[in-house]
Amino acid sequence: MKLNTLTKKEKKNLIRILIALSLFVVIFVFDKIFVLANVFDGKFGWLFPFLLYLCVYLIIGYDIIFKAIRNILHGQFFDENFLMCVATLGAFGLAITKGVLNEQIEGFDEACAVLLFYQVGEFFQSYATNKSRKSIAALMNLRPDYANIKTNDKIKKVDPSEVNVGDIIVVNPGEKIPLDGVITNGSSTLDTKALTGESIPREVTLNSAVLSGCINISSKIEVKTTKKFYDSTVSKILELVENASSQKSKAENFITKFAKYYTPIVVFVALVLAIVPSLFTSNWTTWIYRSLSFLVVSCPCALVISIPLSFFAGLGLASKYGILVKGSNYLEKLNKANIFVFDKTGTLTKGNFVINCIYPKNNYEEVLRLASIAENGSSHPIAKCILQKYNKSISNNNYFLTNIAGQGVIAQKDDEKILCGNEKLMQNNNINYTKCNNAGTVVYVAKNEQFVGYIQISDQIKDETKEVISQLKFQGIKTIMLTGDNEDVAKDVAQNIQIDEYKSSLLPQNKVEQIENIMASKKSQDTVCFVGDGINDAPSLMRSDIGIAMGSVGSDAAIEAADIVLMKDNLKAILFAKKIAQKTLRIVKQNIAFSIAVKVAILILSALGITNMWFAVFGDVGVAIIAILNAMRVNKIKNV
Amino acid sequence: MKKIIKLEDLDCASCASKIENAVKKIDGVDFVSVNFMTQNMVLKANDEQFDEILKKVVKKCKHIEPECTLIL
Repeated sequence: MKLNTLTKKEKKNLIRILIALSLFVVIFVFDKIFVLANVFDGKFGWLFPFLLYLCVYLIIGYDIIFKAIRNILHGQFFDENFLMCVATLGAFGLAITKGVLNEQIEGFDEACAVLLFYQVGEFFQSYATNKSRKSIAALMNLRPDYANIKTNDKIKKVDPSEVNVGDIIVVNPGEKIPLDGVITNGSSTLDTKALTGESIPREVTLNSAVLSGCINISSKIEVKTTKKFYDSTVSKILELVENASSQKSKAENFITKFAKYYTPIVVFVALVLAIVPSLFTSNWTTWIYRSLSFLVVSCPCALVISIPLSFFAGLGLASKYGILVKGSNYLEKLNKANIFVFDKTGTLTKGNFVINCIYPKNNYEEVLRLASIAENGSSHPIAKCILQKYNKSISNNNYFLTNIAGQGVIAQKDDEKILCGNEKLMQNNNINYTKCNNAGTVVYVAKNEQFVGYIQISDQIKDETKEVISQLKFQGIKTIMLTGDNEDVAKDVAQNIQIDEYKSSLLPQNKVEQIENIMASKKSQDTVCFVGDGINDAPSLMRSDIGIAMGSVGSDAAIEAADIVLMKDNLKAILFAKKIAQKTLRIVKQNIAFSIAVKVAILILSALGITNMWFAVFGDVGVAIIAILNAMRVNKIKNV
Repeated sequence: MKKIIKLEDLDCASCASKIENAVKKIDGVDFVSVNFMTQNMVLKANDEQFDEILKKVVKKCKHIEPECTLIL
């Protein structure tokens, strides 16, 4: 615990606790050695220790007494301040009664100790929550304070919200990019750590799209904005984080409900305990004392605080690694998720096409050259990847290109005729072609009615996919892949990554139907999680129990529709998110069980008179501190 | 209309839920969630009466937790 991390209020409280504690110890020791009650003789022997302890009591408890009176005036009878006052003042009263009755004087020390430890507990809670808040506050540092807007070669500092779409802003090294945009001048490296948790800086040059929230590291860049501040990535993310946990988990709801009934019940039992046995035994002081011990443990605060604290730590930790969870209820659901449905392209695979093989191998160049002529000028990813592979300028390029929908392209020049497309194109032109047996998209090439060869293209599976799927399966999770690709491609990928099930040839609307089928046929305890890249799968993200959108920084629809957003395009984040969810929930359950068990144990032991008020307050504050320390363990979860 | 209100000096978790329960009962409030950890209140309420409801919310909070200030 570092002193300089404390707030002003905490420092003040800490000093107060230390003063009261040292005074208390001095008086307590003196009392035990010299017996303060003997200072005055006879009937007023209690007066001296009473006054000394009262000083300590007032130092440590003046605010509690003040709050208690105020809340009672507001009609809140189950206020913990009030109950604390009743318990401690009651203990004072009992001690005075004993003094007046000339019995052995005891109990003043207890009353002070109860308040003292109560304050220690409060202090600890406040310290823990503030500390945990700071971890989220670090994320809030994403918020840019200003933008340097450039107009007529003059640069003016303005609020980011005043910048319009299309304005040119200047971002100096060390500054945060305030709005999303495209670089119009300069090149640099960006630190995207705060946004994605990725520690490797990203290189950007002319025409690169840049996201707000990144920090410009190396040199000055000019950016033409493409979004208003409120639509920019950084605003969307901040909104998400600020709104997180407005969705409360079942555990949190349970605990608030528990707290609502716990205090009144304990107070009621205390009342019964004070009156009923005393009527039979006439031993009023003993039973009143026992019932006062009840009041000491009547505050449910420790329990109430440790649960959101655990969840908050979980959410904070996740966001540190670029995993944004929209609320603690989703952490709870993710913990239970046992059916994972993946979209293929862009999620399990990289979504970029590469050439797998070219047939015939001996005339490699020729196949590529002809295909490049036909595909020249197309913006289709497949065409792009062929042109990229050929990587030469296409000479005397005055072919006449005809697009045949669903088949391919025919390129003609003089007496030369190039066919480039799928099997259908070959069949329709009566070309004797060699069929490719590997899965993937195949482009067949023919020239002047003669088959030249084919190019087989496929989407690359991400490096981590196989490991992630096997890890999930190891945890007993069912994995399903949905894809728009044909059966062959789907089967090949599915076998390669060893996914449990796959559904192929799905149009976007079919994917939602599949999700709905899975949701309808699942058992009640099953939880379905859909993972997509956020591109036109928003409906699936919404329909499933939990929707995870990945690598979707900048995609508003995905951030809107998903429950968990992975800012980094890496599937391993799913395993980490799941791990955080599991550990957090385990800690939450431990805290609930432990706190309730100890409280009930204290109540029973107090009622039987086995323990005294000292034990009650130690137990109560101890539980709070242990529960909070346990909650802090969430921060120690290691990345996978 | 939805508004996020910062709650300053919200000191205990059970007070947060007390405030939440009290605000829930105000007429015209569609949704309210008080988050002790972020010290925020997310309030969704009827557009036309929003200002009026907001006044009631402030009053309720002052009543339950006088130390706690709402930053609107």
